[in-house]
Amino acid sequence: MKRRLWHFHGGLRLPGHKAESMQEPVHSASIPPRLIVPLQQHIGEPAEPEVEVGQRVLKGQRLAHATEYVSVPVHAPTSGTVRAIEEHPIPHPSGLQAPCIVIDSDGEDAWTELTPRPDYAGLEPSALRNVIREAGIVGLGGAGFPAFIKLNAGPGNVVDTLILNGAECEPYITCDAILMQEQPRRIIDGLLIMRHAVQARHCIIALEDNKPRAYESLREALSDEEKTFIELVQVPTIYPTGGEKQLIKVLTGKEVPSHGLPLDIHVVCHNVGTAAAVADAIHRGQPLISRYVTVTGEAIGQPSNLDVLIGTPFSALLEQCGWRDDQDHELIMGGPLMGFNVASPDVPVIKTTNCILSWPSSAEQHTPMPCIRCGECARVCPAQLLPQQLYWYARAKNFDRVQDFNLFDCIECGCCAYVCPSHIPLVQYYRFAKTEIWAQEREKRKADLARERHEFRQERLERKKREDEERKQRKKEMLKKSQGDKSESDDNKKATIEAAKARARARRAESSKADTPADDATAPNNDKEES
Amino acid sequence: MNLSLHSSPHLQSGNQVNRMMLAVIYALIPGVLAYMHFFGPGVIINITLAVVTALAAEALMLRLRKRPIKPFLMDGSAVVTGILLGVALPSLTPWWLPVLGAGFALIIAKHLYGGLGYNPFNPAMVGYAMLLIAFPREMTLWLTPEVHDITLLDTLRYTFLEQLPAGQNLDALTAATPLDAIKTALSQNLTLTEIHNSSTELFGMFSGHGWEWINLLFMLGGLVLIYMRVISWHIPLAMLATLFLVSGLFHLNDPDAFTSPLFHLFGGATMLGAFFIATDPVTAATTNRGRIIYGIGIGLLLYIIRTWGGYPDAVAFAVLLMNMAVPTIDYYTRPPVFGEGQS
Repeated sequence: MKRRLWHFHGGLRLPGHKAESMQEPVHSASIPPRLIVPLQQHIGEPAEPEVEVGQRVLKGQRLAHATEYVSVPVHAPTSGTVRAIEEHPIPHPSGLQAPCIVIDSDGEDAWTELTPRPDYAGLEPSALRNVIREAGIVGLGGAGFPAFIKLNAGPGNVVDTLILNGAECEPYITCDAILMQEQPRRIIDGLLIMRHAVQARHCIIALEDNKPRAYESLREALSDEEKTFIELVQVPTIYPTGGEKQLIKVLTGKEVPSHGLPLDIHVVCHNVGTAAAVADAIHRGQPLISRYVTVTGEAIGQPSNLDVLIGTPFSALLEQCGWRDDQDHELIMGGPLMGFNVASPDVPVIKTTNCILSWPSSAEQHTPMPCIRCGECARVCPAQLLPQQLYWYARAKNFDRVQDFNLFDCIECGCCAYVCPSHIPLVQYYRFAKTEIWAQEREKRKADLARERHEFRQERLERKKREDEERKQRKKEMLKKSQGDKSESDDNKKATIEAAKARARARRAESSKADTPADDATAPNNDKEES
Repeated sequence: MNLSLHSSPHLQSGNQVNRMMLAVIYALIPGVLAYMHFFGPGVIINITLAVVTALAAEALMLRLRKRPIKPFLMDGSAVVTGILLGVALPSLTPWWLPVLGAGFALIIAKHLYGGLGYNPFNPAMVGYAMLLIAFPREMTLWLTPEVHDITLLDTLRYTFLEQLPAGQNLDALTAATPLDAIKTALSQNLTLTEIHNSSTELFGMFSGHGWEWINLLFMLGGLVLIYMRVISWHIPLAMLATLFLVSGLFHLNDPDAFTSPLFHLFGGATMLGAFFIATDPVTAATTNRGRIIYGIGIGLLLYIIRTWGGYPDAVAFAVLLMNMAVPTIDYYTRPPVFGEGQS
C-alpha cells in the first residue's frame, strides 16, 4: 500500500549537484598526525575534560564527560597522546575559538576495551538511552541535538511514528545518501534499537526520490518481517523536505505546533546517520568517533565521501580530495543554503560536519537593492512566514513586531534569500534579530535578578529595624512592670527579686541571641555583592 | 589564497529586479502597438518623453540623495513608470504634459518617499492624477480612433510647437472617449441603446472602437506575465471579477442606464490597470489574501467612480485610494504560520 503524501507550503526545486560526490564508494580518510577534538560539538553544555596533558589515550576512550542533562561526552578518535587542552578555532558561524583536546596520534589506532550489547532487547529503554548518551551520539543531520533526549518520550507519552530522515535536501551533500546506499543494514539496526527505546508503533524511513539507489539498497536490506512494520517512503525532492517539521508534514499531514516539538504530535524523528551511530554503539560498543563527510564543490578535484575521524582538520581532507588552493575560495561547512563559511581550513571535523563545500569565491557579488515587496519570499517560505515584513522590522530594530510576525518560527532555510530579486541577505537580518532578542532577554533576566536582590535586601533591613523597635518596646514595658513590683510586701520581695533576676538573665540570654547575626545569615552574599 | 566570508545562503537564483521590469516592458508592447494603430504615433513620443524625463529625474534625485546612480538607473523601475504614464496619456499632447507628469511621479511620488521600494503610491498614477486634476482640458483631448490622418511629423509639430496642420483644428480631430461620451449622454437622460446607435464609430463591437483591441492585447501581455510568474493572478482576477460582477448586476437590473460588463472590462484603461498598474509590487498588498481584497477594492472603486463619480475613467484614483489601504490590509491578512494552521 502506498502511503499518502502531503505538501508543505513553498520550498524550492534546486539543482542537486549530487552526482559529483557519489561516483566513488566511501573510503576512510587517513589518520592525521594531530586531531583536535572540541569539547562542545552539539547543542547544550560542553563536556568536561577528564584526561591530562601528556596522558596516553586509546581509540574510543572517553576524553570528557557530560556535566549537564543536555550534553554528551566526547571520545578519543584514535590512540595517541594528549598534547594540549586549549582554545582552538572550531567550525562555528561566529568564527570564535573554543576549548579543544588536542591529540597527537601514534598511528597504531589501538581500541580501548569495548562493551557490545547485542542483547539490547533485554535492556530497559532508560538504560539503552544511557548507553547511547555515553557513546556521545548527537543528531548527525546538522543541528547536533543529543540523541538520547529525543529518544525519551517522557512518562505517559505515546510515540506513534518513528521517522528516520534520509531526505538530504540541500544541494551537494550526499553523506546520508551514500550511507543508505552502502550501509543499509546499520541504519535498519539503529532503527530497531531506537524503536525499542521509544516503543514506537510505526517506523518510516523517508528519503527523497532523487536517490533511487539508496532506496533499492534499503529495500533489499529489509527482511520480510521488518517490512511489515518499517515503511520505506520516497518523498518529492523539494528543498527543504529534509527539515524535520517539513518531513513530518509530508509524511503524516500533521504540523508540529508553532512552538512545540514533534513529540507533541507523537512523532520522533532522527537522521539516518544517527541511527547508524546508535547501531555501532549498541552492537559493537563503539562511541561516536567518526562520520561520513562529503567533500565537494567546484574547487575540489575529486569530490567524494570519506569516513572521517572526528577531529581531523578540514585541510587534511581537502588535500586528499585535490583542493585547488591557488585561488580565492569560499569554504563552507554544511550545504550551500544553510551552511556557514569557515575562516580557516585548520578547523576540525566535528560530529555535525556533514559536508565540506568549496568553490572559487565569485568576484561579482550582487549588491543588495531595496525590497520591492514582490512577495516571492513569502511564496517560497516553508514556515509560511512573511519574510519581507520580518526584514522590514528587523532592519528597523522593531523587535516586538518581529516577534509578532513569528520570527522564531523561521528555520533559516534560506529559500527567501535565494529567490529575492533584490538580493537582500534576508536570513542575516533574521539571525541578527534573533541574537538581539536573546541578548535583550539575558539583560532583562540579569536586571530582574538584581532588582529582586535589592528588594530582598531592603526588606531584610526594614525587618531588622522593626524587630529592634519591638525589642526596645518590650524592654520598656518590662522595666515599668518591675518598678510597680517594688510596692509589694517584704515577704514577696525576695522572691520577686529572684524572679526578676531570673527574667533579666533570660532576657539577656535572649537579646544576646537576637544580636547574633542570625537573620543576616540568610543572605550574607547579597551584601557582599552589593558593597 | 583567501577565504571569503559571507552569510548563508551561498546560492542565489538568477532572479533580478531589472529582469522583472524588462519582462513588464516586453509585455506592454502588444497593447502599445494597438494603441498606436488606433490613435496615431503620438503615444511613442509620449512614452519617449516620459521615459527620458523619468530617467533624468531619477538620476538627479539619486545624486541629490547621494545614492549610487548606476544600479538604480539600471533596475528599470523608472523606465516602467515612464512607459505606464506615457501610455495613459492622450496621444496628441503638448510636450510638457508627459515631462511634467513623469517628473512629478519620480521626484514627488517616488524619491521624496525614499525611492525604489519605499513609495506608498504608484508613481505613474500619482503623475497621471496630478495632470488630470491640473490640466483637465489637455488630458481629455483624444483623437478620434482611425479617422484622423495625422502623421508622425504632424504629431511632433503639435507636441513641441502646438501647431496643427493647415486646415485642421483640434475640435475636429478629437472626440470624447467612449466612457466619457456615455457619461455625458447618460446625464442627458438618453438611454444606452440611443447612445450606442448614435455613434457606431465611437463604440465598437462590445466596448469602444479601438479600445477593445488595446484592452485585449494588454490582457494578453498580462497573462504572459502571470504565466512567467512575474506577477501573481490574485490582483487582476479579483479586480476584473469584481468589476464584472458589479457592473453585471447593475446592467441586468437596468440595461438602459448601466453599461454592460464587457464595456467596462474592455473599455478605458481597465486591462492596463488590472495587469500593469494595480500589480505594482511596491504599492500593492503582499499577501495572497491581501491581494484579493486589494483587487476587489480597486474593482469596486473603479465601477463607483466611473458610474457616479466625476471622472470617466478611474483606474488612477481607484488604485491610489487602495494604495492607502495597503498597510492595513497587509496587517490583517497575515497567513497563519506553519504549525498554527492546524488545530
